Amino acid sequence: MYAYDEIDRTLVNERVSEFRDQVQRRLSGELTEDEFKSLRLMNGVYLQLHAYMLRVAIPYGTLSSPQLRKLAHVARRYDRGYGHFTTRQNIQYNWIKLSELPDALEDLAAVGIHGMQTSGNCIRNITTDQWAGVAPGEIEDPRIWAEILRQYSTLHPEFSFLPRKFKIAITASDHDRAAIKIHDIGLRIRKNEQGETGFEVLVGGGLGRTPFIGKTIKQFVVHRDILSYVEAILRVYNQYGRRDNIYKARIKILVHELGIEKFAQEVEDEWLQMRDGVLALDDAVVEDIRSRFSYPAYQKLSDNPDEMKAASADPRFAMWLGNSVAPHRVTGYSIVTLSLKPVGMPPGDATAEQMDAIADLADKYSSGEIRVGHEQNLALPNVAKRDLPALWRALDKIGVATPNVNLITDIIACPGLDYCSLANARSIPIAQELTKRFADPDLANMIGKLHINISGCINACGHHHVGHIGILGVEKNNEEFYQITIGGRADEQAEMGTLIGPAVPYADVADVVEDIVEAYLALRARPDETFVETVKRLGVTPFKERVYATR
Amino acid sequence: MPLVKGGKIVSDTYAGLADDAELASGGNVLMSAARFLADPAALAVRSGQTGVVWPNNRDIDDLVPHLAEIAVVALVFPSFRDGRAYSQARLLRERHGYRGELRATGQVLRDQFVFMLRAGFDTFDVRKESDAKAFAQVAERYSVFYQPTGDGRATAFRQRLARQAEVTGS
Repeated sequence: MYAYDEIDRTLVNERVSEFRDQVQRRLSGELTEDEFKSLRLMNGVYLQLHAYMLRVAIPYGTLSSPQLRKLAHVARRYDRGYGHFTTRQNIQYNWIKLSELPDALEDLAAVGIHGMQTSGNCIRNITTDQWAGVAPGEIEDPRIWAEILRQYSTLHPEFSFLPRKFKIAITASDHDRAAIKIHDIGLRIRKNEQGETGFEVLVGGGLGRTPFIGKTIKQFVVHRDILSYVEAILRVYNQYGRRDNIYKARIKILVHELGIEKFAQEVEDEWLQMRDGVLALDDAVVEDIRSRFSYPAYQKLSDNPDEMKAASADPRFAMWLGNSVAPHRVTGYSIVTLSLKPVGMPPGDATAEQMDAIADLADKYSSGEIRVGHEQNLALPNVAKRDLPALWRALDKIGVATPNVNLITDIIACPGLDYCSLANARSIPIAQELTKRFADPDLANMIGKLHINISGCINACGHHHVGHIGILGVEKNNEEFYQITIGGRADEQAEMGTLIGPAVPYADVADVVEDIVEAYLALRARPDETFVETVKRLGVTPFKERVYATR
Repeated sequence: MPLVKGGKIVSDTYAGLADDAELASGGNVLMSAARFLADPAALAVRSGQTGVVWPNNRDIDDLVPHLAEIAVVALVFPSFRDGRAYSQARLLRERHGYRGELRATGQVLRDQFVFMLRAGFDTFDVRKESDAKAFAQVAERYSVFYQPTGDGRATAFRQRLARQAEVTGS
């Protein structure tokens, strides 16, 4: 856990007081809605279809139990008793009143959380691997660097009015759980030959209507220089990024139009003029940040305790164990994923009661720590294996032990037309229907790893381009239609999915997905050839033929 | 529009000069970048001060050779959402050592004051009277800053290290 100090807390409190003043000026009419818009956006407040929506940052996906309880409190006190975890390690509340927003933010400030950097054309909440610090084989804890970047980017005086939003993600593992290749800047922590920590820097990734996979702009930037290098990228973007067309304003378009070599040269020229300046990170600063991350005092425990052996006779426990529990870097411990994708429910939602209960379980079993991942699930990062059976029973009771992590019903979906003013089509009911179709855990297990991503419009908040099966809602003659892509992925082998054919109406989507899955089961070379591997090997044609043969 | 300088509302001693108007020898004038660059030598014979309004889509490298002769650089925010002039301001102050007046013009609203101060602006052509009056109060709203800029405020990183040094007595 990272402990906020007086300095961090002061800033958050000053921000709340400023926002209270801004809301007051809006309510009194001194500010027009247009002027207020950019101010509220800088505090995570959107105007949605039905109400204001508050997006709260969970920097690098790490929450303490008091913080999670406070999120539950806000859901209960100011909203309708639930919150929605997003694909960027944020939580959203959909029904907060404008006049109560300052109070909600003040309550959150008491535990050091806030809505800064969650909206507007600024550097957004810095995200990373939800298993940071506990994943086996990790080079080092990427949250140290995420925190340094969080501080660097918060209320940045030069980069709060960029051409467009700007997202940075970091990973320190070979397997990329942070989707760095679809971010404006992706950072992969590496060590050079001297053993120094540094970063491979990728730039220009992103989804939306013009999707791009990020390109490597520099193979290795030593840690001392990471802030100056990021600033050089941002400065080039701030000055030369397009501002004439909102859809061409992301850095990916600038990188594409200039070409990566030319863009890299511009950044290099800028960087060389400032790398030895005030942004150079000295070891004392890094050590100070590192020292404020605390780690549990791990005990020497068995990797195969009696409690687990006894419980494994229960097939439900065994199935959950096989699905939702991952190896930890410390012997005797596990990382437990809590599925927020129960059958028939909107993906990523958690009720206030669930959040409170999870906070209690984190205190009891996971050193008071909770993680949030971009797949819209939660995780308990430090669970002793001997506690797994007891934890499972408790998680099962509150409905977050569905053993579907990484399976076909572990769907990523945006809020869609049920909430969002940008959406063309609904996302949540599609997800709900699919979870019902594939509700049988044995069927889902037999299908194996398969990510479905659903976006209700081209802005791609559900990351449909990189879903193994991607579903994009579009509007045709006032009706909801859906384009289906297959073969996308968001990990270290990130790739955009390929469209299989004409869009299909709302009522057909679940049938089409079933057809695709049946085709896969018939086509796969062996039971352990995953869906994306089969698509890679055979291309989209056999799937397309299957889907459109009868349509 | 009220002009805020040194934290107070002041009267503007500069008059805008149209591109086709005659340049008098005396008086303080603000002229466009295009007019200025057409004949920078014209300033040499002036007794009054000269300021230049520099557009936010023109590289400031073209202005840098002339900084010594200019008393005011006015950077432009066509909309408060267009943040290019923040980069220009920091480059002028921090890289090119410009010490003259740096004026923010265009849609300058109170909620940008702190960002502008941090980027090196010292004079503000404020849109609204009420914002101008609130300047001093708004400018003090924040006491914590994470990023080092040329404004010299101690960053959170440095404040922490200083505190530690106090505690350990080193």
